Amino acid sequence: MTTERSAELERYAERLLERARRHGATDAEVSVESRLSALTRFADSEIHQSVTEDTVRVNLRYVQGRRYGMAATGRLDDAALDTLVEGAAANAAGTAETDDWPGLPEPGPIPDVTGAYAAATGEATPELRAGIVREVIAAADAAGVGAYGSYATGTVTTAVLNSRGVRAVQTRSDAWLVTVHMSPDGGTGYAETCAVDVADVDGAALGREAAGKARAADNAVVLNPGECPVVLEEYAVADLLAKLGRCGFNARAVQEGQSFAAPGVRVAGDLVTVWDDGTDPAGLPSAFDHEGVGKERVSLIDRGRCVGLVHDTGTAARAGIRSTGHALPAPNPVGPLPTNMFMAPGRLSREELVGRLDRGLLVTRFYYTNPVDPKRAVVTGVTRDGVFLVEHGEIVAPVRDLRFSQSYLDVLRRVSAIGRDRRTVRGWFGGVSVLGDITVPAVLVDGFRFSG
Amino acid sequence: MTAQGAPTGALREITDRALDTAMSMGADYADVRVVRRVEESVTVRTGRVESVASDESEGVGIRVFAYGAWGFAATRRYDADAIDRAADEAVRLARAAAPSLRRRVTLAERPRAYGTYATPVREDPFALPLEAKVADLLDADAALAVPGVVSTMSTYAAQREWKTFAATDGSLTEQVFTHVGAGVEAHAVRGNEHQRRSYPEARGGRWRQAGYEFVRELDLKGNAARCGEEAVALLSAPSCPEGPATVVIDPSQLYLQIHESCGHAAELDRVFGAEASYAGTSFLTTDLLDSGFRYGSDLVTLVADATVPGGPGSFGWDDEGVAAQRTTLVENGILTGYLTSRDTASRVGRPSGGTVRAESWNRLPLVRMTNVNLMPVPGMSLQDIVADTDDGLYLTTNRSWSIDDRRWNFQFGTEIAYEIKGGRLGRILKNPVYSGITPEFWRSCDAVADERSYVMYGNPNCAKGLPPQCVQVGHGCSGARFRGVRMAAGR
Ligand SMILES: [Zn+2]
Repeated sequence: MTTERSAELERYAERLLERARRHGATDAEVSVESRLSALTRFADSEIHQSVTEDTVRVNLRYVQGRRYGMAATGRLDDAALDTLVEGAAANAAGTAETDDWPGLPEPGPIPDVTGAYAAATGEATPELRAGIVREVIAAADAAGVGAYGSYATGTVTTAVLNSRGVRAVQTRSDAWLVTVHMSPDGGTGYAETCAVDVADVDGAALGREAAGKARAADNAVVLNPGECPVVLEEYAVADLLAKLGRCGFNARAVQEGQSFAAPGVRVAGDLVTVWDDGTDPAGLPSAFDHEGVGKERVSLIDRGRCVGLVHDTGTAARAGIRSTGHALPAPNPVGPLPTNMFMAPGRLSREELVGRLDRGLLVTRFYYTNPVDPKRAVVTGVTRDGVFLVEHGEIVAPVRDLRFSQSYLDVLRRVSAIGRDRRTVRGWFGGVSVLGDITVPAVLVDGFRFSG
Repeated sequence: MTAQGAPTGALREITDRALDTAMSMGADYADVRVVRRVEESVTVRTGRVESVASDESEGVGIRVFAYGAWGFAATRRYDADAIDRAADEAVRLARAAAPSLRRRVTLAERPRAYGTYATPVREDPFALPLEAKVADLLDADAALAVPGVVSTMSTYAAQREWKTFAATDGSLTEQVFTHVGAGVEAHAVRGNEHQRRSYPEARGGRWRQAGYEFVRELDLKGNAARCGEEAVALLSAPSCPEGPATVVIDPSQLYLQIHESCGHAAELDRVFGAEASYAGTSFLTTDLLDSGFRYGSDLVTLVADATVPGGPGSFGWDDEGVAAQRTTLVENGILTGYLTSRDTASRVGRPSGGTVRAESWNRLPLVRMTNVNLMPVPGMSLQDIVADTDDGLYLTTNRSWSIDDRRWNFQFGTEIAYEIKGGRLGRILKNPVYSGITPEFWRSCDAVADERSYVMYGNPNCAKGLPPQCVQVGHGCSGARFRGVRMAAGR
């Protein structure tokens, strides 16, 4: 299967824009996303699902004075053009005039991004994916555990054009491998990686990591809930950032009084520095957002203090500033989100972090976490796939999973050491379908409260 | 729209091509779905029509069983070349998977599927002028804005799907689904505190397979002011106490409890580990089936019923061509069945329960909930149960949820609790949160309300699978009482 070349998408967007203009739109915005994706899933050490799909999303925002309407289609043909323009125009007519309509973004700088696409990923075959999966399974076999996971590869071409002169086109690729290994003796282990290039995905290494964890987690003991110091591995830290990004550093949540974030407020310990950067090739780079606005690097937490928020055109206009390039696909009830998050590394190895625990827990990851009280970033969830009791700096026993319900801000405030190695994982932003990533180190937290 | 009859075969050219190519490439079995979907949505925020959007999508999904493995490929193109390429790709995917197979996959038999189905619709939401729907929503939103409410949100959405299914055994079905959903929510803020009240619930409201008449029946406007008032009142309300309590759970929360702790736990593909790396597994392992495993108290009977008229998860045939049916999952407290597909059902020696669906044309069909319902118990109304409760809490409207990957250990928060003292509802309490262990919780159920308060809730956002797929599922329930429930700190 082949994807439309970006030039074709741009031409289609151009025609749609022209059609909207002729129909009487005062302004219009077209975003087209063409995606080829494939996924090979495995369970109980065999491949049970293999899928591919070829999809396109065309979004039109039709502006009529201070009203706008949206229409979208999954087709890319001539008939769709008129349906789309007429639908969006009717939707605009049904909308009330907006007092604070910010207008569509004007053309602005779009950063040069290199390394967002790898041909090897674009050309990945079913046999290539199955081969990597077999390496993961072989590592599981060697440890006598079962492998459960998936390997996805995809290419997405995006074009965003508007009547103010915005022209933004890019092609990105991504490869994402995740595995949970489950031991017959009850242990489970997790490993995940994502990259632009399939060549950077090492199935055997990930398989060994998950297998080692699963075996180490066998015959876990029950620990009474309570508060104790923890080392959170990268997978758990990524969840902290994803939740804080959505509840906190989203300018819309702030403007509606539903966020903890405010300039200068202390939200984390001194060691914690967090930013969003769509251009960093360590993640899955992206040059612009869904409004065609260039991605700015936004500092979110600087040495523990809240210093910035991410904006789209709407929130930026309300704040009297420029969009930072973090708009999601319209219609967007969530607001702008940081989708390429990074936490600054520290100086300690994983062993040194664990070595600092006199008595505490090493936690691999969190699961099914949901905000209970978004304004205080109170989140409930459970640990999963490897929790270990550490005494005098040594892992002494695997522990059964524990539930927690506490503020993620309190967790960040009590970070007392940070690991030097970082991992990049796929970012999931609460059901919002955008390609994002989070690059984080492991952290030592002086106190983490488990409820049962 | 309700006339049922023989399929028209209008898309025969596409479906035949897909099936013929798949078979000629080496498939032993193939099925194909041609799906067209349209959607519309209106969002009003704080008195302003924030967005009106429409969406459409169509394409072909081809699933093959070849070399002992499954393959699935989807294309948005209808031309013969594209269909051939997709069918070829599906077979190639199956062939690439085959070397890693360790277990023979067998498919439970089913009769040939043939016929049509359509949602009964009295007032077509797509035919109604947009202005009318917007006006209704603005009215409701305005009624939310009582003094002290800082922001409001009111939503309406409708979806329609035309689905043609054909398979190499000669099956052919044509189905048309119409779903509508609507809801309102009020937000109040003081300092660091944020409270929400919604009706029928937040996150898009309640859904039904119906026409716009369902939105009218909801009476959003008539219920809005109470939402606004309660959101404001919650700011000054005392916190819900911690510790064990007797709780009476309103259907607006109980439906999600059923969804998370019964519905997902009963998915047989989860039991077999198919979702282990993402959605998770289940504590309801197959050794518990037919062994008298006590899931809940005698009062607890749960069914998966795809035949309920208007149920969000109802249909004529599932996406494997298995006819809609009603399966008992838990009967008088004892585990008796699962949600199944043809390939999972055969592993427990049963016919498929017909509970397989895909989000749309581009996704692989998976085991999904249909309408998983807690059957009402004749005898006591929900009011009678409150009157029969000396000291307890009445919990309403889901606010937060979390459950572990085995569906064993859960925690839910609701928007509001009402104190029950001497059989009467009293003052309101904020931030109620309860947690528990699934079978312990359901075994502590000592009263289920009768059919008078029975209501069908829908969850339009049930995500499962990779890539994640959302389908419409339904949950009917009437409210129930549970003893000794652990109330946790709400923050
Ligand atoms: Zn669900």
